[in-house]
Amino acid sequence: MPTVLVFCEVQDNKLKKASREALSIGRKLAEAAGGDLVAFAADRAAADDAGRYGAKKLYVTNAGGYNTETYTTAMQAAMEQASASIVLLGGTSNGRDLAPRLAARLNTGVASDVDRLEWTGGKLRARRPVYSGKAFATVEISGTPAIATTRINAFPAEESGGGAAEVVEISASLDSKTTVVETKVSEGGELSIVEADIIVSGGRGLKEAANFSLIRDLAQAIGGAVGASRATVDAGWIDHQHQVGQTGRVVSPNVYIAAGVSGAIQHLAGMSSSKHIIAINKDPEAPIFRIADLGVVGDLFTIVPALTEEVKKAKAH
Amino acid sequence: MNSVVCIAQVPDTETRIKIGGDGRHIDETGVKYIVSPYDEYALEAAIRLKEKEGGDVTVLGFGPDRVQQALRESLARGATKALHVKGEAGDADSLGIAKVLAAAIKNLPHDLVFFGKQGVGTDNSLVGPMVAELLGYPQINVVTHLDAAGGKVTAHREIEGAEEIIEAATPAVITAQKGLNEPRYASLKGIMAAKKIAIDTKSIADLGLAESDILNQRVTVVSLELPPEKSGGRKIDGSDPQAAAKEIVRYIKEEAKAL
Ligand SMILES: Cc1cc2nc3c(=O)[nH]c(=O)nc-3n(C[C@H](O)[C@H](O)[C@H](O)COP(=O)(O)OP(=O)(O)OC[C@H]3O[C@@H](n4cnc5c(N)ncnc54)[C@H](O)[C@@H]3O)c2cc1C
Ligand SMILES: Nc1ncnc2c1ncn2[C@@H]1O[C@H](COP(=O)(O)O)[C@@H](O)[C@H]1O
Repeated sequence: MPTVLVFCEVQDNKLKKASREALSIGRKLAEAAGGDLVAFAADRAAADDAGRYGAKKLYVTNAGGYNTETYTTAMQAAMEQASASIVLLGGTSNGRDLAPRLAARLNTGVASDVDRLEWTGGKLRARRPVYSGKAFATVEISGTPAIATTRINAFPAEESGGGAAEVVEISASLDSKTTVVETKVSEGGELSIVEADIIVSGGRGLKEAANFSLIRDLAQAIGGAVGASRATVDAGWIDHQHQVGQTGRVVSPNVYIAAGVSGAIQHLAGMSSSKHIIAINKDPEAPIFRIADLGVVGDLFTIVPALTEEVKKAKAH
Repeated sequence: MNSVVCIAQVPDTETRIKIGGDGRHIDETGVKYIVSPYDEYALEAAIRLKEKEGGDVTVLGFGPDRVQQALRESLARGATKALHVKGEAGDADSLGIAKVLAAAIKNLPHDLVFFGKQGVGTDNSLVGPMVAELLGYPQINVVTHLDAAGGKVTAHREIEGAEEIIEAATPAVITAQKGLNEPRYASLKGIMAAKKIAIDTKSIADLGLAESDILNQRVTVVSLELPPEKSGGRKIDGSDPQAAAKEIVRYIKEEAKAL
């Protein structure tokens, strides 16, 4: 009976969205494989949420804050205790840091950043965007356990109606050759583009750094994150954490609004899998219009502020 | 301070991807290959450490003959040695590649081993941490700032909405993120000097590894497909900003079911 183990992360006493999504697809795989869903966390506060998303057990370690080496050892212990044959990690910084380390330790394979997962013929099949979404590869993982990191926003988080997961303590060595000396929170805790459902991006059409405030105002009104083209990042108008594209973040939000972005191939590569794409550009021939579901040909300096007002009105209702 | 920088050679980011006849690889005809952009930040970081502290920067690439071009370019920018491991890296999974690189690195002088945070194209972000595990080294991933001296490395790791400052003992693995530095271009002098450096070449067998453990192993590509062509949707005139704004809000509410 193949057991599915999901690596979970807690923030403000709740499971991160990436973990809830990974549990949700994990539960479907467990059902398909006729096995159980279990979870791992470094915080017992995860037990309620993990159970709500279908985990029967929660393996808990005393490892404290994230550290690659101590978490690798703890996850390895949980995988062994659970006899896990599938291991999923939400595609957060930590999930993506940990997955390859675990795979190398256990001589098995990882599919990273997958947006589809299927259990067929006793094996895990995953689909993953490659060339920043210019193509999709379907891969089969034949190593055991099969490991995958899930792309944020690709799998809907669905509760299963289960009660709290049973907590199982595991102890792991706390030896590590690295120490986290300090964590610096950036820019007043702005919403990260990889986790956002809505992204408002600005490009060189904004003309200067100060005009990013138009994008920020709209993002704030709509409850979304601020994205940017590389041209604006290279110009120093905004931090590169906001860059969308082949050498920035690859994102797939529900709604992507691009204002003053031409739609260069490297930008499209990072956002073309967004579900609803809206483009505002004064050039009717801008390549962004080729992939926009709704294209608005016009001046962003009048349309973006009008849109911010309209969004505020819609929200007030 | 000695460094090894692992260089992945990837299709130029401008490339329009076409699927090859076998349905599992890309069609390589006409594809221009470049050094993976994140590896340029890795290389620059290693060269700067060498300039400050002395030592060697060895660039290491696993792949077919064309990889020599990427190594040659890296020498022109300031690497001092190069090793090419010949083999069809395109048929290896990430752990296979990591095993080859780890075996090669063991015989190269190093305090730090550098990678890109991600190979542009494979978009895996796997090989660096896998090598770290195989060699038993600490890893610091997605690094935007780096100091190294006296058997210790301090680096800034980018995470969601924050940055961690991490200390590790060397030897250690670093994966480079954009922002770490501004990579230099090769100078004419560098290009001439690079011509005098011989690129060392080895096979997988020379490293004491079996091809069967490297190629088509734990993760295999079943098929490669292009995404469905987006036809482009509706285009509207934005000369009346209020009307355009209303239409956008209607679209977001009714079709995207957001707001
Ligand atoms: C190796 C490599 C990697 C790259 N990676 C990335 C990446 O990750 N992400 C990325 O974005 N780019 C990337 N690029 C850069 C990319 O090729 C483009 O240069 C960049 O995306 C252009 O940014 P932009 O659209 O903001 O600027 P531009 O191309 O200059 O476009 C500005 C747009 O604004 C419009 N505009 C101007 N004024 C107004 C107005 N008043 N109202 C409305 N519209 C207006 C114009 O019509 C134009 O379409 C990469 C390039 C290379 C070589
Ligand atoms: N064939 C290769 N030869 C040398 N280095 C490689 C190779 N493949 C990947 N790398 C290194 O590993 C990094 C991450 O690649 P990936 O795991 O494919 O995203 C790259 O940026 C390179 O530094």
